[in-house]
Amino acid sequence: MTTDVMPTAAAPSRVGFNQAFTDAMTITWRNIRAGWRVPDNQIYMFIQPIMFVLLFAYVFGGAINVPGVDYVDFLMAGIFVQTMAFACAPASVGLADDMQKGLIDRFRSLPMARSAVIAGRVIADLVNQFIVLVIMIVCGFIVGWTFHNGFGQFLAAVGLLMLFAFAMLWVGAFIGLSVGSPQVAASAGLIWLFPVVFMSNVFVDPSTMPAVVQAIAEWNPVSAIASGARELFGNQSLVQSDAWPMQHSVVAALLWCLLIVAVFAPLAVRKYKKAASK
Amino acid sequence: MNAITAEGLVKTFGSGEKAVKAVGGVDLVVPEGTVVGLLGPNGAGKTTTVRMLTTLLAPDAGRAVVAGHDVVREPQAVRSKIGLSGQYAAVDENLTGRENLWLFGRLYQLSSKEASKRAAELLEQFNLADAADRTLKTYSGGMRRRLDLAGSLIVHPQVLFLDEPTTGLDPSSRLDLWDVIRERVAEGSTILLTTQYLEEADALADNIVVIDHGVIIAQGTADQLKAQIGGERIEVIVHEPEALGKAEQVLNVGSGGQCVRDDHTRKLTVPTHTGSKGLMQVIRDLDEAGVGIDDIALRRPTLDDVFVKLTGRHAEDDDTQAETAQGSAS
Repeated sequence: MTTDVMPTAAAPSRVGFNQAFTDAMTITWRNIRAGWRVPDNQIYMFIQPIMFVLLFAYVFGGAINVPGVDYVDFLMAGIFVQTMAFACAPASVGLADDMQKGLIDRFRSLPMARSAVIAGRVIADLVNQFIVLVIMIVCGFIVGWTFHNGFGQFLAAVGLLMLFAFAMLWVGAFIGLSVGSPQVAASAGLIWLFPVVFMSNVFVDPSTMPAVVQAIAEWNPVSAIASGARELFGNQSLVQSDAWPMQHSVVAALLWCLLIVAVFAPLAVRKYKKAASK
Repeated sequence: MNAITAEGLVKTFGSGEKAVKAVGGVDLVVPEGTVVGLLGPNGAGKTTTVRMLTTLLAPDAGRAVVAGHDVVREPQAVRSKIGLSGQYAAVDENLTGRENLWLFGRLYQLSSKEASKRAAELLEQFNLADAADRTLKTYSGGMRRRLDLAGSLIVHPQVLFLDEPTTGLDPSSRLDLWDVIRERVAEGSTILLTTQYLEEADALADNIVVIDHGVIIAQGTADQLKAQIGGERIEVIVHEPEALGKAEQVLNVGSGGQCVRDDHTRKLTVPTHTGSKGLMQVIRDLDEAGVGIDDIALRRPTLDDVFVKLTGRHAEDDDTQAETAQGSAS
């Protein structure tokens, strides 16, 4: 018996860009096609956004009073941001599910680009998130919201929201690949999102919060994205805050998104490689 | 030409005191066109070995060449020549049978058209054509396994890995799947099959490799292994303890003195090479001698028998023993 000691890391198997792209598109197709057949996802994509817009516009809208501001005009960008933040959910649950069911292993035994599993997940969820955003914007128009800074800035705001969704997808991918079961991904993996979203200027004015919470809210990336989107849409914003991210919200929003991607994309890829070699 | 050659494969999980050597130096040779059954209890290292051979896991030591390519240096070349069907039926339950196979075809780098054509062929071949356009949610366990197996045959793989293909299936689905696997064998496929069931390895494999605690403890053809562990045997439980001596005498005469006696359970065990014929002979002999019988049966050797014979302990005792040993050591 000869026992050669081999390097522990597998030699990288290069596949061309064309193949990586085709494989990513194939996995994207699979995620969209299969995802749309799951009732949970249909509710998440088509019912929930409409429900949120209507609930906040017509139920809470009258009760929540942000001084000097027309609530629907103020609110809508906040709901968009909240929904984009929850882009974490499908990414984390989807990847955890694939991992648990052995699909990731199966894919890895095929002569395909390894990057396609994560790339296909992220692209599919971006497509889905974009559809959700379009539905919400249309709902917004219906309840009387609109943009005031012209179509160019409107598109820039949509771009910013999609960039935020893209960033949050990587957070979701990291969680999904870390927790190991879709049930955990759907519960413990998402619970932190509620305080993160609510301790912000998404729904209310942070100046009504206790000082510490207010400081958190002003530096919360979610607040920066919401303020940035409001500025680009030309919607009413809150001007009371002197915090830097609130004064330079579009720049702050972009920086936050890039920072989240820079941290979580490598983490998720590392988790994927590690989880896959167990 | 060998389809699989593995030398000294080692894989350890964890580190320090918690380190578990899942595979501790496995050598394996599978000649082209043969079926090798890797037989062992849960946790013996079967799946870990398959994962190393299918490029999913890099070995800590040793080397393996599958379909002419080194699994560590040329994983992509290996992947394009193998099919893997695991124990979990790794298919997407929200896609239809046809969509699943198309997906696998695309990922095997077939064109969309080729993938569709191949999917249709395989659905027909695996008797899934009627269910082709239903989502897998509506499939039975046996149908999912068949589809999973079909997915591993997209590119006519040179080497097919089947990791516990029938674990958890009902007996009739198991027989169905055996037929499907036998067809592959008849076509000359090279197959490495893992299983916990001796009868499955017996039914499908040319050669059987018995693995325990990550180490190969026996190998040979099914007949060689059975000869080694004694083949079929007859078990008799006599009615009265006093009759044990007389019955033992009768059985020793018939078997040339190979009868094993257990006073505690009033059980006598004797090997036989003539199956049910031998069983009838024993019944006649005991009847003539006036020995009353509570129970008599022809028993085929099981994995457990292999273990008792090869290691002197039961396959199931094993885990608890190992755990106790670990517990007292820490």
